[in-house]
Amino acid sequence: MSFFTVDSISLQFGGLKAVDKVSFSVEKGEIFTIIGPNGAGKTSIFNLISRLYDPTSGKLFFEGRDITEVPAHQIAKLGIARTFQNIELFENATMLANLLVGRHCHATTQLWQEILFLPSVRRAEKEHRRKVEEVIEFLDLQAYREKLIAGLPYGVRKVVEVARALCSEPKLILLDEPSSGLNVEETDDMSFWIRDIRTELGVTVLMVEHDMTLVNRVSDRVLALNYGKVLASGTPAEVQAHPDVIAAYLGA
Amino acid sequence: MRFVFKTDYDQDIRLLKHSGYWWSYGVLLAALIAFPYLVGSYLQSQIVFVFIYAIVGVALIILTGFTGQASLGHAAFLAIGAYTAGFLQSQGISFIVYFPAAAIITGAVGAMVGFPALRLSGIYLVIATIAFAFIVEEILARWESVTHGNEGMRVRTLDFLGQPVPRDGDAFYFLCLLVLVGSILLALNLLRSPTGRAFIAIRDSETAAKSMGIDLAGYKVKSFAISAALTGMAGVLFAHKMSFISPEMFTLLLSIEFIMVIIIGGAFGVHGAVLGAIFIVMVDPFLTALKDDVPVLGASLASSLGMSSEGSGKLRDTMSAIGSAAGLKGAIYGLIIMMFILFEPYGLYGRWLKVKLFFQLFPLYKKATFKRQKTYVKSERNR
Amino acid sequence: MLDFIQQLVSGIALGCVYGLIALGFVLIYKATEVVNFAQGDLMMLGGFFVFTFIGLMGLDYWLGFLFAVCAMAVFGMATERILIRPILGYPQFSIVMATIGLGYFLRSVAGMIWGTDDLKIETPFSTGVLKLGDLVIAHDKLSVIVATVILCAVLYAFFNYTRMGTAMRATSENMLAAYYMGIPVKRVVSLIWAISAAVAATAGVLLAPITFIHSNVGLALGLKAFPAAVLGGFGSIPGALIGGLIIGVIETLAGFYLPQGWKDVAPYVVLLIVLLVRPHGLFGPSMRKKV
Repeated sequence: MSFFTVDSISLQFGGLKAVDKVSFSVEKGEIFTIIGPNGAGKTSIFNLISRLYDPTSGKLFFEGRDITEVPAHQIAKLGIARTFQNIELFENATMLANLLVGRHCHATTQLWQEILFLPSVRRAEKEHRRKVEEVIEFLDLQAYREKLIAGLPYGVRKVVEVARALCSEPKLILLDEPSSGLNVEETDDMSFWIRDIRTELGVTVLMVEHDMTLVNRVSDRVLALNYGKVLASGTPAEVQAHPDVIAAYLGA
Repeated sequence: MRFVFKTDYDQDIRLLKHSGYWWSYGVLLAALIAFPYLVGSYLQSQIVFVFIYAIVGVALIILTGFTGQASLGHAAFLAIGAYTAGFLQSQGISFIVYFPAAAIITGAVGAMVGFPALRLSGIYLVIATIAFAFIVEEILARWESVTHGNEGMRVRTLDFLGQPVPRDGDAFYFLCLLVLVGSILLALNLLRSPTGRAFIAIRDSETAAKSMGIDLAGYKVKSFAISAALTGMAGVLFAHKMSFISPEMFTLLLSIEFIMVIIIGGAFGVHGAVLGAIFIVMVDPFLTALKDDVPVLGASLASSLGMSSEGSGKLRDTMSAIGSAAGLKGAIYGLIIMMFILFEPYGLYGRWLKVKLFFQLFPLYKKATFKRQKTYVKSERNR
Repeated sequence: MLDFIQQLVSGIALGCVYGLIALGFVLIYKATEVVNFAQGDLMMLGGFFVFTFIGLMGLDYWLGFLFAVCAMAVFGMATERILIRPILGYPQFSIVMATIGLGYFLRSVAGMIWGTDDLKIETPFSTGVLKLGDLVIAHDKLSVIVATVILCAVLYAFFNYTRMGTAMRATSENMLAAYYMGIPVKRVVSLIWAISAAVAATAGVLLAPITFIHSNVGLALGLKAFPAAVLGGFGSIPGALIGGLIIGVIETLAGFYLPQGWKDVAPYVVLLIVLLVRPHGLFGPSMRKKV
């Protein structure tokens, strides 16, 4: 069994089939990219995986376990973290608080302990902070600890979102268009980080991306979607050479 | 300007972050302890009300300020706390028992309100809490065997382990102070631990919170329960302070007053609850002054400026007529709410921070630091 | 059986009153996503205006009606300009609180100006009844029913079939985009407040013979009309009318058949149950955030 498997999953909104019997599997340590024109159903697949949507049919397996019925808030605890296409940070909190929320799935303290702020809570907090600092170090975010997210530039927020996902110490990270809205230089940084996330942290990466340069540079395998259906999958070069993919992008 | 070198994560966790905090809060606490010995009984009584309102303010800040769930039903929670105290006391149960019991019962009711709130947001939640408050008010008026209905209920003097604690005494003052300090500590502790951060996460983005492993249902219910329990405790103190409770004391207008506390004080920090409570409670003495002192003062000022005695007498009458007009309080409340939302959206605490920053950065303070960015309305239907 | 029908009819009349006020809530929400808690108080003010024009200045009923509606429209515009425009885009709850503040202010100022006694005006509908077999409907109630239905129909058509209506819907979706598309957003918002205040004034005038004019009448009715608007799904014009009818009928029937005390609570109980099942009211659109 693969590390992460999507087994003929479908999602239907009324009459519209947003995702139509899509199957793929991701191996451990891989960087796997989903590409496709707008409205192809890429983000819908992410929303299905993070259980924000319920699939109409099909199953999801993570490390051999069926996660199709797991509630959304327990997905993080299993080791799947994600970022969002349009940045969903906690705007009116500091960056540090945002990253600490990323640690939430590792919270062990009980409410009554927190109200009294017992030594165990203090210890746990320091441990969370230590882990957060590692991520801050990793992504070079030292300058922004006490800054409110609302005041940060777009490019930084994008990185903070990746950082927040990493704080949960995931095994699989879902990046939804990590380079959208970034300039060339920031995209460059992002591509290095994505590879570092895989090689240094050993996290498997599943991403949705439009920027083909970035895709070519980092992906091991690529899946192309259109109208909710799989067009092709394989190495970046194979997929880009596939006639259906060319037709989908250039119009047949 | 102070620069704090950080060498330890504990420094960020600590509540009193540096020596300045020790000084200012130490002096404040000392002043509060010395107060009953320094001021008259009227002012002391007003300060007790400030404490009670501030406890409710802290409760609302946890719910509205942190978790982002609006409530116009907190008067009902106060009522439940107050009536629980009144009823249990009349059954001969000791304060040691009924004080926590009131908190637990109100907290449980709060959790029950929290469940429907899971699916409701914005204006729908506001109306649901209003509906809840109306229903509670009606139950209090009808459940005569427990609440004595509209006749109201007398609440006897608080009895602490055989020791009477009269409502005007110093001991009662210190009890209220203790509960207030306790609830502030509770709020601050929550804020620096996972639960408080989960509340803030829910406020800012429910979707992201869910994906970060936060159980929305659980935390919303927790937030409602904590907020209600604190309000219930305030209710017990309120009942003893008033010594008489009846359903018409706990109307929508009281809930609005509570919301005013956090709007005036600023809903983003616990300081706001206290500052707002001081402001709201002091409106009454201010109105009394407007009725009694200001006209006399104005008239004597006018006559000293050379106005004829007849003219100044007329001025005094007009001024006192305005001061004692029925419903003046309503007009002033309305004006206060509108003015604060228009001109001081971060409340008194926000103003305090701005003033502080002005002096810290002097002469480099830029007015634009706190300028609101122009925002445009986008439909909440897609949110 | 006749009892029941008679109660039903008076419930419908009461429901139309709520619907009429709810209509004002819905209009402003539909165009700007602002919830105006002072809607009931605008109605109250409309009642006082018409009292001033007719009762004090001795104008003809219809002339006074017209003047009151126009005066309220101007007042609505002024409110929008002074209070609402600077805070558009704030969190919804802030705006709700600002309008609650406005309500407080209007209530007590009206009380100071016009006193706190119940005021009454003579209208062509004050007397006379319509008899349908054994069923009796007073003219004043009939006038409310007719006016509510007509206003609902007209405003529904306005929103769905006119250019201005479309502009208003666009404004509520996304103000900035609407502005860039050449919609005069400020004028649209100001207009909708004028319309809404005018609707409130109409309600105030029609209710004058039924409820009398008093500074607290707006709060009392507003607190029933608001659940009506929510029940119908905030932002739906037919929803406001139907929500109003439901609340009105439930209140009347509960008052007649259930023990004392249920009359005032029953509408809220029903509201809570409906919200539990349908969190966005009966006709509200279901919302889902896109990520």
